[in-house]
Amino acid sequence: MAVMSYLEAGKAALAAEMREDASVWALGEDLGRGGVFGQYRGLVDEFGPARIVDTPISEATIMGAAVGAALLGTRPVVEMRFADFALCAVDELVNQAAKARYMFGGQGRVPLVARQPIGMWRSSAAQHSQSLESWYAHIPGLVVVCPFTPADNYGLLRAAIRCDDPVVYMEHKDLWAMTGEVDEAADLPLGKARLVREGSDVTLVAWSGVLRAVEAALTLLADGPSVEVIDLRTIYPWDRDRVLDSVRRTGRLLIVHEAVATGGFGAEIAATVAEELFGNLKAPVRRLGAPRIPIPYSPPLEEACKVSPAQIAETVRGML
Amino acid sequence: MAARANIDVERLLAHYRTMARIRAFEEAAERAHQEGHVKGAVHLSIGQEAVASGVCVHLQREDLITTTHRGHGHTIAKGADTGAMLAELLGRASGTCQGKGGSLHIADFSIGMLGANGVVAAGLTIAVGAAHAVKLRGEPRVVVCFFGDGATNRGPFLESLNWAKIYELPVLFVCEDNGFAASTRTRAMSSGPGPHARAESLGIPARTIDGNDVAAVDEAAGELIERVRAGNGPQFLLARTYRLKGHTASDLGAYRPAAEVEARKAHDPLKHAAEMLKVSGVADETIIAIDGEARAEIAAAWKSAFAAPWPAAEIAFTDVQDMRMSSWR
Repeated sequence: MAVMSYLEAGKAALAAEMREDASVWALGEDLGRGGVFGQYRGLVDEFGPARIVDTPISEATIMGAAVGAALLGTRPVVEMRFADFALCAVDELVNQAAKARYMFGGQGRVPLVARQPIGMWRSSAAQHSQSLESWYAHIPGLVVVCPFTPADNYGLLRAAIRCDDPVVYMEHKDLWAMTGEVDEAADLPLGKARLVREGSDVTLVAWSGVLRAVEAALTLLADGPSVEVIDLRTIYPWDRDRVLDSVRRTGRLLIVHEAVATGGFGAEIAATVAEELFGNLKAPVRRLGAPRIPIPYSPPLEEACKVSPAQIAETVRGML
Repeated sequence: MAARANIDVERLLAHYRTMARIRAFEEAAERAHQEGHVKGAVHLSIGQEAVASGVCVHLQREDLITTTHRGHGHTIAKGADTGAMLAELLGRASGTCQGKGGSLHIADFSIGMLGANGVVAAGLTIAVGAAHAVKLRGEPRVVVCFFGDGATNRGPFLESLNWAKIYELPVLFVCEDNGFAASTRTRAMSSGPGPHARAESLGIPARTIDGNDVAAVDEAAGELIERVRAGNGPQFLLARTYRLKGHTASDLGAYRPAAEVEARKAHDPLKHAAEMLKVSGVADETIIAIDGEARAEIAAAWKSAFAAPWPAAEIAFTDVQDMRMSSWR
């Protein structure tokens, strides 16, 4: 076991895959200088500029070139810098990467990873802060991953690179410095949630950066109800069985995500539980997410978008 | 008319045969669309066949192409089976894509055809990516990227040409300028001297030719592909042609004078090639025989495509997502 930051874990995962498989390469702006957050620092020294490729600010072609290169059997890891910038490459991701295998009748596959850092971080305002995982979960063909721990960022990025389907890989920018133990020998599967904590009264499903607010809320609830916490990790395909099994036992479900609540992936989970477990429910399903406003710049205004520990604790208490 | 390049009769006959096969295919596709057998949109390249034949004659099976919504000609010239293509248009299980793509998404990876595309200019980014992979792996093959004049006003055109040049990728860009972006004259919507000037501004050598003269296309494409193969980076070919049919098979093209279309028919690439063949001493009967063979091939392909079964319903759910690991190479 090694202790790594979330950022170092992602870098170590990419390096490990590049060592094992010569067809893996990375492309994006500034990668040779380490990437916008330093998550590629030093990789060009080991792998050279042909495999750690500095590109122009051409998101559409970064993504589209990755599609063409993946169809030929290489495994490109695409860096979009911010999920917000990946919107300049939506045709290439949604119309091309996600559909090429299907519309060509299975003749080719597109094993690319589109790294799209998400989330509120240092007053980054409306165009550098969004969490858009639910958009991509809506698109047939895409796998969507939102790792929270350094261990998951290591294991799930390795799995994403090995995956033969296109993967939208969303690291949270506010987690880069967070450290944790990483088992480099562990083989983490896509599509499986992580049980953070067992509990019997309420099932709380969350993912990505907001799990820190969940942890703080659990402290506030220390002598209160028993909360089972599930980190979904893979948003699509999501671990239905794990969530349904838990809600079957607790009878209560709260979903917490940083993304706008309206049309967020929490809605899909809530709808599924309503369809499958209506008779088991002891309380209405609850969701917490951001209000439907662009993310503002000023720190006190940005707070208005964040789900707070107090809000989570209060919501849990209200469900009992 | 462009100066006639030197070309031997056998080579010209081969071009004529390819063009006649494309023409027969598309006339059959048009008819089938009008009769309701082909449900989806069909974009015909009738009048543009010389570009497909003159370029693809220089490609080996392992070379790669990307094409557009108007891509039947390029696909046939690269070597795809016309029966499987017609079956795809009909949505049958034996289609190139099991009936899941239709005319807009025909692909045949077995002959290096990486797909038509429903989005204008989308093939450019995929082509440069394929060329990037080819260069990364040190393979000898080249990539040809076909696109229309309309694509030159989309962002990916600039991005992809710039990309190909900075990495010196083995790709030939072929701009098939048929004069129209859907129903709008491209000239009215484009600033500057034209697509070739845009390429040259990025340091990519460009040639402009009469795209209806198959010998001229053959000569120019040969020179440019040779340069690409020799490691000289991307090259650009602007082939000026004319779309004799509407944007789709259901577009009558009322936005342009009938006299203009009639005048352009005089410079039909097949007619042009036939005249050159006659000048070279080829008998009328030989040309008529080639036309007949092409029509017979398509008639047989049509018959077999029509007889082919529909895809089983469960095919709708395959090849979406299975998270298989490390198998695609």
